[in-house]
Amino acid sequence: MSHVIPSHLHDHEVILDVRDLRVAYGKVEALHGVSLSIRRGEIATVIGPNGAGKTTLLSALMGLLPASGEIVYMGHAQGREREVEALVRQGMTLVPEKRELFAEMSVEDNLLLGAFDRYRTGHRDHLETLDEVFEWFPRLEERRGQLAGTLSGGERQMLAMGRALMAKPKLLMLDEPSLGLAPLIIKEIFRIIGELKKTGVAILLVEQNARAALQIADVGYVLETGEVTLSGPSGELAADPRVVEAYLGFGKKH
Amino acid sequence: MDLQIFLLLGQDGVTNGAIYALLALALVLIFAVTRIIFIPQGEFVAYGALTLASLQAGKIPGTVWLLLALGLVVIVLDGVQMLREGRYGKLPSLLIFNLGWPLLCAAVLFALPPGDLPLALQVLLSLLLVVPMGPMVYRVAYQPLAGASVLVLLIVSVAVHVAMIGLGLLFFGAEGSRTPAFTEVSFELAGAPLQGQTLLVVAASAALIAGLYFFFERTLYGKALRATAMNRTGARLMGIAPTLAGKLCFTLAAAIGVFSGILIAPITTIYYDSGFLIGLKGFVGAIIGGLASYPVAALGALLVGLLESYSSFWASAYKEVIVFTMIIPVLLWRSLTTRHVEEEEE
Ligand SMILES: Nc1ncnc2c1ncn2[C@@H]1O[C@H](COP(=O)(O)OP(=O)(O)OP(=O)(O)O)[C@@H](O)[C@H]1O
Ligand SMILES: [Mg+2]
Repeated sequence: MSHVIPSHLHDHEVILDVRDLRVAYGKVEALHGVSLSIRRGEIATVIGPNGAGKTTLLSALMGLLPASGEIVYMGHAQGREREVEALVRQGMTLVPEKRELFAEMSVEDNLLLGAFDRYRTGHRDHLETLDEVFEWFPRLEERRGQLAGTLSGGERQMLAMGRALMAKPKLLMLDEPSLGLAPLIIKEIFRIIGELKKTGVAILLVEQNARAALQIADVGYVLETGEVTLSGPSGELAADPRVVEAYLGFGKKH
Repeated sequence: MDLQIFLLLGQDGVTNGAIYALLALALVLIFAVTRIIFIPQGEFVAYGALTLASLQAGKIPGTVWLLLALGLVVIVLDGVQMLREGRYGKLPSLLIFNLGWPLLCAAVLFALPPGDLPLALQVLLSLLLVVPMGPMVYRVAYQPLAGASVLVLLIVSVAVHVAMIGLGLLFFGAEGSRTPAFTEVSFELAGAPLQGQTLLVVAASAALIAGLYFFFERTLYGKALRATAMNRTGARLMGIAPTLAGKLCFTLAAAIGVFSGILIAPITTIYYDSGFLIGLKGFVGAIIGGLASYPVAALGALLVGLLESYSSFWASAYKEVIVFTMIIPVLLWRSLTTRHVEEEEE
């Protein structure tokens, strides 16, 4: 199935390579030719203002929206008929902006469903994966019997991330994990994202909270009105005066 | 009306009510997962009952031809797509389920004289013949329209219903059939006879409901169906394809329908078009549950059974009218008490 990749390249294996991605809602184009790439064990962040097209980008990559352009995932050029379910099977996972939890099910059931496709393809390690997820998010274990719809905002985000991890993803896409959370929980979530990187998963992190995102990311992209206006190693981006002015403020915290 | 008649009617009502409850559950399930109002649910009841009756009469039921034909259509539809997309790995399972299976059933029917088989095997064979039509009907009639509005899906349901009734007439003829009782045992309860068949229907329905409960609460596939009903996008992100969920719940609904048909075949004479009214009464129950709540739907269906039975005593000419009029106050009450929340669809 996969292209043979020389073993010395494994650490820098490109997981996702996107060229000239265009997405339109009806006749209105929301993304005008976006290019980006992510390697194994790397965090790439996409920052940008409201309405820039960040969610659109992730939805298109996940196959929820039709897109044109070139998408190469794990060495395979994606055809026009990209299906969410097929991408899930290949290890792509999205934690959407709206979380999309199963509100009337328990935390534990939500998590188990994260492993549905692995279960369906004959893997029976979901209980071990569940324990691993509980190690990442001990809070979820305390609340395993509680209905997802009754969780607090922070817990909901943890559940959404935990559910995504149940699929043992190769590419984890997070849409604004800090949305609506208190600073302390944001810190905790970002600490976990940083730790996750060590497991070798590639992470595509979409954020409004540019400071925190650039701190943990390896590379960054600035998306404005559907176009990538700046990109580069996140350290350089964080020092770029244009980024400082628009997204970081003048050295002030938050 | 003395106590004895009261009990007899109650017994009738509970028996029918148990069947309506099963059908109501199937209707709620299909609507929750796929947004389809499954009018042909009743046809699966009639097909199940009449297939069993044919087998018992020693005839080859016409449903086997329908199974073969539907299987071929599915193979053409899915096969062309798989070949075009180069997914050859999925071809064997497609052929096994849609061609191998029907051929095997047909071979068994022609090899063994069906009339001589033991009852349990005849029941099993009826299930094996008719239940696979559930997912096939989904594939042929509904899957191409996934994402269509509830109204469009309803129109398709009416078409499927009419087609299945026509085919039923073709396969089974215009005469009704009644199969012999599964059991002749009879008890006495407060002076009124209690039929073993009644107990069997109630017990079997209860067992099936318990089985469904187990499936939805304890198995990952059951949870996946509930997840799809709750949040379609969320479910897709877990790799639960709407078509998988659709096929799964159509299989369940067909199984429930055929099972109900086999249960009531010894109690009432079933004609090729009897399924519609039976399904409609299940539908009234499902409406009482707002097409959303399983327990309320089941209780509502039980109520329909009882109401039908008692009204047949006082006003037998109007019993259907009375049952279906019940929907009006229910709808009125629901529209007054529930806030209308339009679900966001993708
Ligand atoms: N379903 C839709 N139909 C039409 N236009 C849409 C739709 N969804 C998004 N858009 C438009 O596409 C543009 C990009 O939206 P998107 O949600 O991707 O922005 P975003 O960068 O995620 O913003 P935010 O930071 O507020 O989440 C916006 O102008 C938005 O109005
Ligand atoms: Mg967004």
